[in-house]
Amino acid sequence: MSSFSVTEPSQKTKWFAGILVVVYALITIVPLLWIIATGFKSPSDAIAYPPKLVFEPTLEGYVNLFTTRTRVTQETLQELGEPTTWYDRIVRQYDMVIAGPSRYGERFLNSVIIGFGSTFLCILLGTAAAYAFSRFRVPLKDDLLFFILSTRMMPPIAVAIPIFLMFRQLGLNDTHAGMILLYTAVNLSLSVWLLKGFIDEIPVEYEEAALIDGYTRFQAFYKVVLPQAATGIASTAIFCLIFAWNEYAFAVLLTSGTAQTAPPFIPTIIGVGGLDWPAVAAGATIFLVPVVVFTILLRKHLLRGITFGAVRK
Amino acid sequence: MARTPIDAIAQATPDSIARRVRGLSDRAIAWIFVAPSVFLLLAVNIFPLIWTINLSFTNFKANRSRDVDYIGLRNYERILTDSDIWLNMQVTAHFLFWTILFQVLIGFALAYLINKKFRGNNLWTTIIVLPMMLSPAVVGNFWKFLYQPQIGLFNYVIAFFTGRDPSSFEMLGSVSLAPWSIVIVDTWMWTPFVMLICLAGLRSIPDYIYEAAEIDRASKLRQFFTITIPMVLPFLMLAVLFRGIENFKMFDLVVQLTGGGPGSTTELTSINLKREAFEKWRTGFASAYAVVLFVTVFGLASIYVKALNKVKER
Repeated sequence: MSSFSVTEPSQKTKWFAGILVVVYALITIVPLLWIIATGFKSPSDAIAYPPKLVFEPTLEGYVNLFTTRTRVTQETLQELGEPTTWYDRIVRQYDMVIAGPSRYGERFLNSVIIGFGSTFLCILLGTAAAYAFSRFRVPLKDDLLFFILSTRMMPPIAVAIPIFLMFRQLGLNDTHAGMILLYTAVNLSLSVWLLKGFIDEIPVEYEEAALIDGYTRFQAFYKVVLPQAATGIASTAIFCLIFAWNEYAFAVLLTSGTAQTAPPFIPTIIGVGGLDWPAVAAGATIFLVPVVVFTILLRKHLLRGITFGAVRK
Repeated sequence: MARTPIDAIAQATPDSIARRVRGLSDRAIAWIFVAPSVFLLLAVNIFPLIWTINLSFTNFKANRSRDVDYIGLRNYERILTDSDIWLNMQVTAHFLFWTILFQVLIGFALAYLINKKFRGNNLWTTIIVLPMMLSPAVVGNFWKFLYQPQIGLFNYVIAFFTGRDPSSFEMLGSVSLAPWSIVIVDTWMWTPFVMLICLAGLRSIPDYIYEAAEIDRASKLRQFFTITIPMVLPFLMLAVLFRGIENFKMFDLVVQLTGGGPGSTTELTSINLKREAFEKWRTGFASAYAVVLFVTVFGLASIYVKALNKVKER
């Protein structure tokens, strides 16, 4: 676009718009930065008034997050001798010793397993369905597509009642398999719609050429369409992963022990004498940072995905 | 041609089977590809929905294994005459109205500004988008910390600019402020979504329309109201639809932030539904409640989509 274009905003307008947007962005990022900072504060700094901007960073929150501790008497402490590791030293300040690991590690691992498991399944099923909807004449195509979309309108709690009963019957309550299936089903509608959009953009001629060269339909799909759709598949996968990662309602109702993910667990982190805010903040930070990094690295695809999905529907 | 795993499989397959696989009609492949998805959705979405409808006519309680009686429409009667549930509906309506209003105003303004294409707008857009990528439950939990009356950052900042005592008001504890506390957090979190959709709308307006308007000597203000607004409106309405459906279902953020309290001033319908179903274990009643909510969302959404299509046709 030439600089004489009437639609190109003037330098003054650009500066003005830029400053307003930057101010909004800075305000909007403050809560997130504050939580990250709180994770590195000592409990007394975290609840100081006025709020402390400058503080001495400590890993106490993180130690408290990953361990369970017990208070011991001075004599026992003396018998134990000098603390051998840096985390021991932090805990000893409060006359405590580390009793063992906390459950946060397990919960985090559950989030990883369920998140990646459901994303994989969702992409597998979604790509196949999207390809079929995009390329073949499927009977009742529009009805099926609308049906797939409408499953997203149901409030999770409304579906949770029968799913809870169904899972109880099948023994799927509080299992990884159950949660993976559930999240796959919830994400499938979005993934089919997004992927159909991406596959629609790939010219049919590529496959036709492949078919003439003697490929079967499966081979054409596998060798021609999939590589072309790779970017689309990747950004859809990120969406599914972020959703499964963040989900709370089903997780809190259907899991309690073995398969519990991190979101229902983080609010239950309680320290000695009330809520241990640095530990909660540390838990939140570890949980949120992967999403933040993903978003920044893959911003182009993500931003396209959000609007693309919306505009297509 | 390079040897790939699929060739290896193809060559290893006995001829008769290979012929059959290769000979699969497109129609058969279409079904093989679509069936698993449809089956999964039927099993995890539609079957439960039908089950819910069935349960809604009973007095079933999931924590007790006694005989289940069909009691006809009595559950529905109770819901529609229950004054508490109407109160929850009002709370939800308040939440919906204000969150959507704020998100549309701020979201559109931001999109409009970002569309001025100043340098570095991509980076700042990404930063603005961050809140909507986070887990709502965890967000609710950490805003609870920011809202603490004595130690919270939010109270401190408000106190700093208004000169009030930061412990003189409780965002989460007071009946008049709590409904606004959830509106603030939801707006913070979801304004970027509306912004992105508006941005897509703004970017879809071709330049030549503005050029033509410029030649006709239409003022910038006039261009804004006769070109920009009408062209973005369908996108904006779509954003409102999505936010409306999502916020009608709102559960995780608010349950972590206020738990529905104080009293039931922030008890949205989803939270109330969860109480009935999983705390009081009135499964039959809760199922009827779920059906009422689903019909409400579906009905409102259908009417809205009709209106949206009319706007698009213009």
